[in-house]
Amino acid sequence: MVTKKCRDTRNALDTYPSKGRNTASNALSATNCGPRAPRSNTHVTASYFDVDGTLVRTNLMHTAIYYMANQINPLRSAKSLARLALRAPQLIWSELRDRRTFNEQLFECFAGMSEDRLVCLADDTYNFAMKEALFTGARDLISRCKAEGHEVVLISGALDFLLERLAADLGADHWVGNRLEINDEHCTGKLVRPVVAGPTKARLIVEHARTKGHDLAECFGYSDSYSDVPMLSVVGRPAAVNPDAALLRLAHAYQWPVIRLDKAA
Amino acid sequence: MSNPNIVYLDKNSAPRVMFSGDSIIEVDLPVGTRCIYPKPPVDGLKDVDAAIRYAVNHPFGCEPLYAKLRPGMKVVIAVDDISLPLPPMRRPDIRARVLNIVLDMLDEHGVEDIEIIIAVAYHRHMKEQEIKRMVGDRVFNRFWPDRLYNHDAEDPEQLAYLGKTDAGEEVELSKAAVESDLIIYVNLNLVPMDGGHKSVGVGLCSGRTLAAHHNPQTMMEGGSYMTPEDSGMHRSVDRIGRFINKRLNIFHIESTVNNRMFDGNLEFLAKNPDDYSSFEKFKLRSTLFALDRLPQAARQEIFDRYRAPYAVTGVFAGETEECHKHTVAKCYEQYLVDVKGQADIQITGIPYISPYNVGAFLNPVLVQVLAQGYFHNLHRGRPLLKEGGTIIITHPCSDRFDHEQHAPYTEFFHKILTETSDDFELHKRYERKFSRNPAYIRMYRHGHSFHPNHPFYMWYWGTAGRKHQGRCIVVGADNEYVPRILGYETAPSMTEAIRMAKETAPEDPQITCANYTPIMMTQVS
Repeated sequence: MVTKKCRDTRNALDTYPSKGRNTASNALSATNCGPRAPRSNTHVTASYFDVDGTLVRTNLMHTAIYYMANQINPLRSAKSLARLALRAPQLIWSELRDRRTFNEQLFECFAGMSEDRLVCLADDTYNFAMKEALFTGARDLISRCKAEGHEVVLISGALDFLLERLAADLGADHWVGNRLEINDEHCTGKLVRPVVAGPTKARLIVEHARTKGHDLAECFGYSDSYSDVPMLSVVGRPAAVNPDAALLRLAHAYQWPVIRLDKAA
Repeated sequence: MSNPNIVYLDKNSAPRVMFSGDSIIEVDLPVGTRCIYPKPPVDGLKDVDAAIRYAVNHPFGCEPLYAKLRPGMKVVIAVDDISLPLPPMRRPDIRARVLNIVLDMLDEHGVEDIEIIIAVAYHRHMKEQEIKRMVGDRVFNRFWPDRLYNHDAEDPEQLAYLGKTDAGEEVELSKAAVESDLIIYVNLNLVPMDGGHKSVGVGLCSGRTLAAHHNPQTMMEGGSYMTPEDSGMHRSVDRIGRFINKRLNIFHIESTVNNRMFDGNLEFLAKNPDDYSSFEKFKLRSTLFALDRLPQAARQEIFDRYRAPYAVTGVFAGETEECHKHTVAKCYEQYLVDVKGQADIQITGIPYISPYNVGAFLNPVLVQVLAQGYFHNLHRGRPLLKEGGTIIITHPCSDRFDHEQHAPYTEFFHKILTETSDDFELHKRYERKFSRNPAYIRMYRHGHSFHPNHPFYMWYWGTAGRKHQGRCIVVGADNEYVPRILGYETAPSMTEAIRMAKETAPEDPQITCANYTPIMMTQVS
């Protein structure tokens, strides 16, 4: 287990707004998304990527488990993991019904965690849950999109500070992710609205494309999950990446390209 | 003396037997219809291995292979892919035989740095089992996967730019081939279009080089692309090939096969139904009964598993052009059927297979490739059909596309072709943008999908045919919209199709039924 002492609480406070300030409904103006670097609006089109299962083989559970397993002391870690385990049936039920509810319930396990803990474990969590779990073909696909002049956008239910690191690593232009609500320097266990999941991703993509002047019919979308069908449906060029069974069936029905990124590039 | 390959139907003639996709049908044609059948298979070589050894030791236009070898040199062996022959031939594949003999020779001369590249260009990458079957267990076990692999025309690290021809064609080839001391190309020549400069110049090139000739303008220039001496595409390919030959050391080994596509229960398909024996009539009835009752997936599975009993008729080696003219002559010897006069109405069955759907369903774009592409071009001199004449084809034209091999075809057919079917507009407005879809490129590079450019090329493959043919009427289509997108008319029966065709034909039209399965070429006088 990794334990890391927090050193820079000021940075964490800057990163997370206090409760009551994070009511933005427009994802583009909300703080849970952002550009990696300023860019001129010269892209011909955009490529929207889901992350968990699409570019990395892990999912939100890995992030949650990593944080729970790396609490300030082993006793607290054991308690957090036990609490998460007890919630497993509820989470499975939620996952089967609605991805957004699943995200909200999963991140409730962060309730009470200090903000600086979140930040000081961010790099390790990113390495564990994303960097080391990156599919071999992910970089190749993103590079190809960049080479074609696409604006690359990561849109995921993952936490924003992890997405920021992933975007920097992959060279993505923009990311949209979930943000934990902070009150008195501690997580409330709630997510800042809008919760990025399912149909909300589609709405955020439409808004992003409108803002950036992209023609959605020319935009590309990549996801592995049936829950992202709304997101894949709003773009003109969807693709199923390492798809689950339901998405594979749909991709075959609609003749969407099906690609695998778990093969060596 | 009458031509044994041409039959004029009378009132006692049996119904004609032809393919309609993965079904076989019988059709009654009008009295007086001219039916053209392929020549019987040319005899195969008695000792193929001896012929290969003789060819590489007595090449045309250059020194023998052994004289080119020296210890420590780097050799790249490029091999034709699974797109031919059709159907795939029974083991041992001629390419495996050639490879075994060549590799033994390389071993004897101390050549150890050897790579084998499947020259797929923008075709789908061959699967592991297909490669194993084609090159044989011995070669596969020794070289796969590090030194035996599919050419990747989309990997900049695998490509090397050679320059431009005098006509401005850009030449970019496999870097391994360019950096080698010797390229040995192992070809299997099914039709005269294959081989020659097309082997290295197309099989190992990138999209930059393909764009020089796989475009509507070049495809329309000259005559049939099955007669390399007339074809605009081959003029460009030859320029590129000569440019390459000045810079690289290439040794060709080309082989030809006869037209024995079928034996056993399906051998009757190559014959005039009037000449069927009682046993062949029984086999026909059994085949019709079985195919009629089987679901489509089962029919496709049966045909996919079928392996053709081709016999090797010639092996030629040496310098590109000197060697290839012998190969083309051997092809003509097997395929050319002399025909007097063109037809006003041509009737042709469309089979289940083309070079681009081995192991997959023949999708609508590929139906077009056969009807307006290959079967139109299988002639030397004048086309079989008069300009502005009507071709009648038999095929279900089902709206089906193989998910693995033909994903880009689906979008091309349903999104692009429904906007325009004009070759030049497709080339100028749509091709570049469509073919840069990262998902499709990923499917080509790391899966078994044709490159997203390929459906465009296949449409251009029919450019000359579409321009030449006045109308195309399809019999047996299971829907109306696929033929409409392809620019075809539909008819519920052959009788109705002929009636429709006669509406725009001269009085007392010349009706010809051309049987291209097995392959033949017409030479109209």
